[in-house]
Amino acid sequence: MHQTFDAALEMNLLHANQHGANSNREQLDKWGITCLNLMSSPGSGKTQLLEKTLQLLQSEFRMAVIEGDMTTQLDADRLRQHGVPVIAINTGRACHLDSKMVAGGLHQFSHEQQPENFDLVFVENVGNLVCPAEFEVGEHAKVALLSITEGEDKPLKYPIMFREADCLLITKTLLAPNLDVEVENICYNVRQLNSTVVIIPVSSKTDEGLTEWFAWIRQTVLARANEQSLTMASLT
Amino acid sequence: MHETDMTKALIMTVREWLAEQPGHPQVERVHLTVGEFTCVEPVSLQFAFTAQTQGTFLDGAELVIAEPPLIAFCHHCEAEYRPDIGLQYACPSCQSPMDDIRSGRELKIGRVEFHREDVISVLT
Repeated sequence: MHQTFDAALEMNLLHANQHGANSNREQLDKWGITCLNLMSSPGSGKTQLLEKTLQLLQSEFRMAVIEGDMTTQLDADRLRQHGVPVIAINTGRACHLDSKMVAGGLHQFSHEQQPENFDLVFVENVGNLVCPAEFEVGEHAKVALLSITEGEDKPLKYPIMFREADCLLITKTLLAPNLDVEVENICYNVRQLNSTVVIIPVSSKTDEGLTEWFAWIRQTVLARANEQSLTMASLT
Repeated sequence: MHETDMTKALIMTVREWLAEQPGHPQVERVHLTVGEFTCVEPVSLQFAFTAQTQGTFLDGAELVIAEPPLIAFCHHCEAEYRPDIGLQYACPSCQSPMDDIRSGRELKIGRVEFHREDVISVLT
């Protein structure tokens, strides 16, 4: 007979990823960069929204993109046309970016560019409404996109993504008149899960909502910078 | 299939912990807590665990997964409630949003049961 012992580990199953995400964020803070993690299902318009954003904010911010795609460089090539550095990460069969992959991307970025000269890094996550929500990559804020063609019930069916989001962009609003979907109902469903998320309906075709989206970006960049200077002040 | 990556992380955590233990502990059971309101599927974890531990120090060890339900607390009603996942998250009495989650978001390695070859217990 042997005696069985018991040991409490009480450790987060994602602690390795979380640890990596925290060190990515520290690195980004050192460079003075705000990082936004863009997440949504495939085809909701992340890349097109990014194209618009890179185009219209280039005089204001120096931006770069870390692009997660399962196998191709198609999205990365589209974004490169806007004259910003794009680090493409092929995740292979993995369904989300994790902090280790993004650390690799940041490493490459720091070799090819002077990161101190940049203000904003967008992480375009793999199109998937499930897994990316659970894996932090070192972002300062999470942005979820939901196109209205996906239907009103998606926040209820994929709750974690919408619970975790700091900002939700409801995309393709131009199509609303052709669909039996009410933006209001999407908002109501999201609000059940997340009472603080900033919801902005946008259309990359008509530019509807882009002013609000850019205002949210500015505010997030400013909030990060303020928080950092407060931390620095408390250390000295 | 992030359950595969999570299982890798789980095996590494247990291995690191074992390396710090005296003697040569043999793991019998690993206890996980995977809340109902997470993006992790316990069945996939079990499958990945069995597949990935074959021929390793964890071969034959059992993975026990507890699944705490999603329980929210409504500050307005000062009461707990069980949201209906996929349908309704707001408080059923007053419709306040689900702000406070009391259980269901857990993702942790709870405890490990093991025995040591060098410790023989005596039956009385």
